[in-house]
Amino acid sequence: MYTTGITPQKGVWWKPAHKSEKVWFTIAFAWCMVLFAMMPFWHLRGGQNPSGTRSRVDPAAYRTRVQEFVQQYQVATDNGIPVVAPPAGSDIYLQGQMWMWLPVLQLEEGSEYTLHLSSVDVNHGFNLYPFNINFQVVPGYDYALRVTPTEAGDFRVVCNEFCGVLHHTMVGRIIVRERGSSAVAALLGSDVDKGGDR
Amino acid sequence: MSTTTGAPASGAFRVCPTTGLKVHRDADALIKANAVVATVALLVGGLAAILVLLTRWQAVHLLDEVWFYRVLTIHGMNMLIFFILFFEMAVLYFASAVLLNSRVAAPRVGWVAFALMVLGAGMVEWTMFAGKADVLFTSYVPLRAHPLFYLGVILFAVGALVVVSIFFATLVVAKNERTYEGSVPLVTFGAITAAIIAVITLVHGAAIYIPTFLWSLDLMPMDAEVYRMVWWGLGHSSQQINVAAMVAIWYLLGALTVGAVVVNEKISRTAFVLYILFISMASAHHLLVDPGFGPAWKIVNTSYFMYMAVLASMLHGFTVPAGVELGMRLRGFTQGVFGWLRRAPWGDPGFSALVLSVVVFGFVGGITGVTFGTEQINIIAHNTLRIPGHFHATVVSGTAMAFMGITYYVIPLIFRKRVAFYGMARWQPYVFAVGMLIFSMAMTFAGTFGVPRRHWDITFTNAPFDVAYSPAVDLMIGVMAVGGLLAALGGGMYILVTVWSVFFGKPLGEDCTDAALAGSVPPGVYARPFLELPEEDVAVEVHGRLGTMPGTMVLVLVFLAAFVLYYFANWKLLSFVWRVG
Ligand code: HEM
Ligand SMILES: [Cu+2]
Ligand SMILES: [Cu+2]
Repeated sequence: MYTTGITPQKGVWWKPAHKSEKVWFTIAFAWCMVLFAMMPFWHLRGGQNPSGTRSRVDPAAYRTRVQEFVQQYQVATDNGIPVVAPPAGSDIYLQGQMWMWLPVLQLEEGSEYTLHLSSVDVNHGFNLYPFNINFQVVPGYDYALRVTPTEAGDFRVVCNEFCGVLHHTMVGRIIVRERGSSAVAALLGSDVDKGGDR
Repeated sequence: MSTTTGAPASGAFRVCPTTGLKVHRDADALIKANAVVATVALLVGGLAAILVLLTRWQAVHLLDEVWFYRVLTIHGMNMLIFFILFFEMAVLYFASAVLLNSRVAAPRVGWVAFALMVLGAGMVEWTMFAGKADVLFTSYVPLRAHPLFYLGVILFAVGALVVVSIFFATLVVAKNERTYEGSVPLVTFGAITAAIIAVITLVHGAAIYIPTFLWSLDLMPMDAEVYRMVWWGLGHSSQQINVAAMVAIWYLLGALTVGAVVVNEKISRTAFVLYILFISMASAHHLLVDPGFGPAWKIVNTSYFMYMAVLASMLHGFTVPAGVELGMRLRGFTQGVFGWLRRAPWGDPGFSALVLSVVVFGFVGGITGVTFGTEQINIIAHNTLRIPGHFHATVVSGTAMAFMGITYYVIPLIFRKRVAFYGMARWQPYVFAVGMLIFSMAMTFAGTFGVPRRHWDITFTNAPFDVAYSPAVDLMIGVMAVGGLLAALGGGMYILVTVWSVFFGKPLGEDCTDAALAGSVPPGVYARPFLELPEEDVAVEVHGRLGTMPGTMVLVLVFLAAFVLYYFANWKLLSFVWRVG
C-alpha cells in the first residue's frame, strides 16, 4: 500500500523500484555519463580549455616582469596606457590592478601566444569583449594560457570580478592585426597616439 | 492519540483542535521566531533587490556606485544567508518535532542558538549599512571588511550548527520516546540529509571565516585562491542544503495538497543519500577558470564524481511529479495522460508553488547550472549575468518558491491562523514565479553577450575604452527589469499575506467544518487531499509504453530534450571563440 512522504515507514521500505522509475534512472544515468565524458573529450578534440600552466607568483615580481615586458615591446601609448606589440608566439603579460589592465596588447591574427594573467592587488575578472571569454585573475597566481586570436579586430578586456568602488571603469584593450600587416600600420587605423611617450 | 502514527494513508494533518496535530509549545514558538526573522530578512533583501535592479536597469540607474555595491552586498547576505537559513531552522524544527510528534530536545539551547544567530546577523547588518563591508557576500580576500562582519558570520554559523545538533537530538528523543513507529517519514529523511550537509558546510565555514577574521585583525596571512576554494566549500555546499530542504518540501507539499504518494521509498531515499556522498566536491564549479587547479581536479570535482548529485536531482525531478500523478490516479483521477494535472487544485497556493518550483528549478535552474558548471563551458559563463540568471532560477524560483508555498500551510497548522487576503495568496505563486522566470531568463540571455554580473555601469561612461553591447542587451536588461519588478511584487504580496496573517489574522476557531474554513486556508488543510487512499492497491491503468505514470514520463522526456539541446548549443557557442588552452 502506498503512503505519502509524511508517513513513518513500518517494516522494510527497501522494495524493488517501479518500472517507470527504472526506465528513467537508466536514461538519467546514461545522460550523466555523457555529461561526464564530454569534458575529457573536449580536452582531446576541442579548442577551448581552461587548463593553461598555473604557478604561484609574488605580486611584486609579477609587476616587475610586466614592466620589463612593456619596456621591451612598447610601440605607442593609448589613453596613457602603454601599447605593446610582442612577437608572434611569445609570452605576453596582462596585469590586473585597481582599476586598469596593463598594458594594451597588440597581437597578430592566427598566431599562438602564451598569455599570462595575474593581479597585483585583489581578484579581477578577465572578460574578452565582444567574444565572451572569461578567466579569474587571482593575486599570487600566474595563469598562463595559450591563446590564438582567430580573427583580427579591436577587442576590450572588461573586468568582471568586483574589485572595489571603481570596478566598472576597469576596461583594457587588445588589438588583433591582420596576418602579415605591420604593427605600425595596424595602429594607423585606430585612435592610438603612435610613437607614444615612453 | 497522535495523528502521525496510525495516520491515514494520505498522512494528512488535521487542523481541528480536537483531532489536531499535537504541536509542542516549544517547537511552535521556535518555528514562529525563526520564520518571523526570516521574513524580516526577506523584506530587507527584497527592498535591496529593487534598488539593485533599478540601478542595473541603465535607463533608471538609481543608486550611485558606492551604494550600488553596498546594497548588492546587503541583498546577497540577507537573501542567501539570513532569509534562507532562518527559514531552514524553522524547517528543521518542523521536520523533527512536528512530523515525529515529539518534544524539542533542549528548547532553551534552541533559544540561545536563535539569539546567537540574531546577534551575528545584526553585527553583519551593522557593518554593511555602515559602509564597513563593501565586499559583496563572497568577501573574496584581499578585499577587506570590518572584523565584526566576519565575527558576525561566525556567530550566526555557530548558532545554526547548534540548531542542527538540536535537530539530531530531537530525532533521538523521538526514537526513544517512541513517538512514531518504524523509520522516519521521507520528508524527515530529506531534512536529515539537509542537516548532515549543513554540518559539512558549517565546518567549511569555520575553516574559512575564523582564519579570515584573524586576517582582518592582521594576525595571519591569507591566500586569495585558498580563500576561494574553502569559501566555496561553504558557499556551494550551502546551496546543496537548500536543494535538499527544497526537495523535502516538495514531498511535503505534495502530501499536503493532493496526497501525493511516494512511488518508491528506496529510490527517493537513495537519491537523498547521493546528495550527501558527493557534496563536499562541489566548490569546484566556481573555480573552473581559476589558476589554482588542474583539469583533472576540475573535471572530477565539478561533476561531483560523474554527476551523481545531478542524477539524484533528476531522480527527484521524476519521483515528485510521479508521486503526485500516482496519488491522484489512485484516487480516481485517471482520465488520459494529463487528466490528473487538469483536475489538480491550481488555486491552492501550496500546490501551484510546488509545481512552479519544480518546473522553474528544473527547466531553467538545473539545466543552466549543469551546463555552466561544465569545465570548458564555464569559459563562456563565468562571472557574466548568466550566473545570477542561473541561481535566481534555483535558489529563488526553486527554494524560496517552495518555502513560500509551505508557508500557506504553516500559517494554519502552526500559527493556527487563517490566511489573510486569501485571494491574493492564491495569485502570489504565479506572480512571483512568472516574474522570476522572465527575470532569470532575460538575465541569462544578456549574459551570453558577455555582460558582467556585479557591475554598476555597463555603458562604461568613465572607462578609458568604449564598450558597446548589442542592442539586444538593452532589450534584455529592460525585460529583466520588468520581470524583476513583477517578482518583487510577488515577494511583497507574500510578505503582506504572511505578516498580516500572523499578527492580525483571524484565528482558526473551533468550527472546522469545510464551510467555516473554505476561502481562508488552503484546501489541503481541511478537505482531505482528495479523500483517503483505498486500503488495497487499486490496479492503475497502464498506458502502453508510458507505464503507470504516463504524464510524468512525458514531462521528464520533454525536460531531457530541453537539457540536451541547451547543453550542446553551449558547446557549439564555445567552439566559436578564440582557441585557448
Ligand atoms: C524579489 C526578487 C529578486 C530580485 C528582483 C532580485 C534581483 C537581483 C539583482 C538585480 C541582482 C544583481 C545581479 C548583479 O548585478 O550581479 C541580484 C543578485 C543576487 N541575488 Fe537577487 N533578486 C531577488 C531575489 C533574490 C532571492 C530571494 C535570493 C536568495 C534567496 C537572491 C539572491 C541573490 C544573490 C546571492 C545575488 C548575488 C549577489 C552578488 O553577486 O554579490 N535574490 N538579485
Ligand atoms: Cu577589476
Ligand atoms: Cu555552486
